[in-house]
Amino acid sequence: MSRTTRAFWLFTGPFLIGLVVFVYIPIGWSLWLSFFEAKGTVTPTRFVGLSNYADMLSNGDFVHSLLVFTVFAAFIVPVTYAVSLGLALLVHRLRFMKAFFRSVFFLPTAVSYVAASLIWKMSIFQGLRFGLANTVMGWFGIHSVSWLASPHPPWYWLVIVSLRLWLQCGFYMILFLAALQSIPPHLYEAAAIDGAKSGWQTFRYITFPQLRATSVAVVLLLLIAAYQAFDEFYNLLGSGTTWGRTPLLYLYQVALGQNQDYGHGSAGALVLAVLICVVTLLQGRILGFGRGED
Amino acid sequence: MSRSPMGRSRLGSAGIYSAVAVAAVLFLVPFYLIIRNALSTEQDIMGAAWVWFPAHLQWGNFGELFDDTSVPFLHSMLVSLEVGVLHTLGTLLVCSLAGYGLARIPYRHANKVFYAVLATLMVPASVTFVPSFVLVSSLGWVSDLRGLIIPGLFTGFTAFLFRQYFLGFPKELEEAARVDGLGYWGAYWRIVVPNSLNFFAAIGVITFINGWNSFLWPLVIGQDQSSWTVQVALSTFITAQTINIHELFLAAGISILPLVLVFVALQRWLVQGVAQAGIKG
Repeated sequence: MSRTTRAFWLFTGPFLIGLVVFVYIPIGWSLWLSFFEAKGTVTPTRFVGLSNYADMLSNGDFVHSLLVFTVFAAFIVPVTYAVSLGLALLVHRLRFMKAFFRSVFFLPTAVSYVAASLIWKMSIFQGLRFGLANTVMGWFGIHSVSWLASPHPPWYWLVIVSLRLWLQCGFYMILFLAALQSIPPHLYEAAAIDGAKSGWQTFRYITFPQLRATSVAVVLLLLIAAYQAFDEFYNLLGSGTTWGRTPLLYLYQVALGQNQDYGHGSAGALVLAVLICVVTLLQGRILGFGRGED
Repeated sequence: MSRSPMGRSRLGSAGIYSAVAVAAVLFLVPFYLIIRNALSTEQDIMGAAWVWFPAHLQWGNFGELFDDTSVPFLHSMLVSLEVGVLHTLGTLLVCSLAGYGLARIPYRHANKVFYAVLATLMVPASVTFVPSFVLVSSLGWVSDLRGLIIPGLFTGFTAFLFRQYFLGFPKELEEAARVDGLGYWGAYWRIVVPNSLNFFAAIGVITFINGWNSFLWPLVIGQDQSSWTVQVALSTFITAQTINIHELFLAAGISILPLVLVFVALQRWLVQGVAQAGIKG
């Protein structure tokens, strides 16, 4: 081995060993488990072929959670995108106190989903009269709502969506702000000379197209985050919830609940992984991932 | 007929400032609620009339929380701190070395290795929590710091960010070091790392925040109370409801405080780091 080759392995070796042990082997093992009946054991002996997959794909609960979270993603992704971009456009135009407002919107990024769930569940959307939302509604003579206690009507979505917006928007606003700052000013000057009105026209023909690369990245990150939702659902609705059950929460119940059913859990995890890959690639196709910025 | 450009922009900026102010108030409400609830009595929180701020701040709530032996709160903070620091240092070490190797050291199959790293970005880490748990439990690392820390060190995304960063690192600096007889290893530690501290700090802070706030993996691994991180402890308090509401909010407030301080102190670095990490990713 030449000295350079040795240096390459010296630098990358520790990481690659870890990657194989903690990423590639678990995926491989999981693939293997998914073809076996594996309840409470990780070295199963009963080969069952594709039946774990067939079970999961004909399992109403699992399929339902995949469908619900496709709808959830289709809703939360554009809303988060629009709110983050809107905040960025506003903050970008501020002349004084810009750093202050940027900090205020960015600050929730420091808060965990668990702590946010606590505030949302026990204070803002507390189902009794003393919750903030019910207090404010009381001022206008509206009856208290028990936000999280039942799926009909599905008020829990309001709780979950508002929590997600609060936690996520500041982070994506920072990405948009950085992108806005890197748009060359001469583009706007040229547009002004050509008679474009500032406002909607410059946004439509200059700002928005210039944000393309950032937009693609933001939508990608948001999509992946939506399918991996777990923390706030677990903490708002409880670990044993049967409604508002995210795919990960369902897999958690299957694999780490009473049955410790690793076979079905692994099959479901792989189905979810493939679904996320497909959605990611599709959105890349649609939005033109990897296309040049200009 | 038409307003002067000056007048319009003043009107426009009044509109912008009111919109931003309203949004800012909404964003701050949850922080207000934490502080209010943490320093109130039970009656003030659950009373018939809304109390904007308790007439007497209940500093005694701190003692109540820390003395409550049924609640392993302080211990869980220590676990989180230990996990957070070790996880951050380990990630910086392992991922930066790999990023440098991939960016700078010529090797015939370097591209193939890089693709093997990139491929893992397609599979979100939390989807593999079932198989990872299976692996970690067969290593005997359940309810163990090793199980909490080690599997999370090998993040393809972080290694990828370091590679991108080192690709843009000025080559001349390293070449000067090579002339002085330093190998890759010496040049890396004496020249490259000391000149990249900003980037290391930004990635370090982001890694620490993500580690501190992560929930699913610590929940799966932390099956004994002694290995609960603060997030797992908080979550248990929410569901078990064996704890007073003001203690609960005080605990949440204390768990958020270190990160809020980091945020305020390192705002500039963080913003740059996030922007860099997010856009390049």
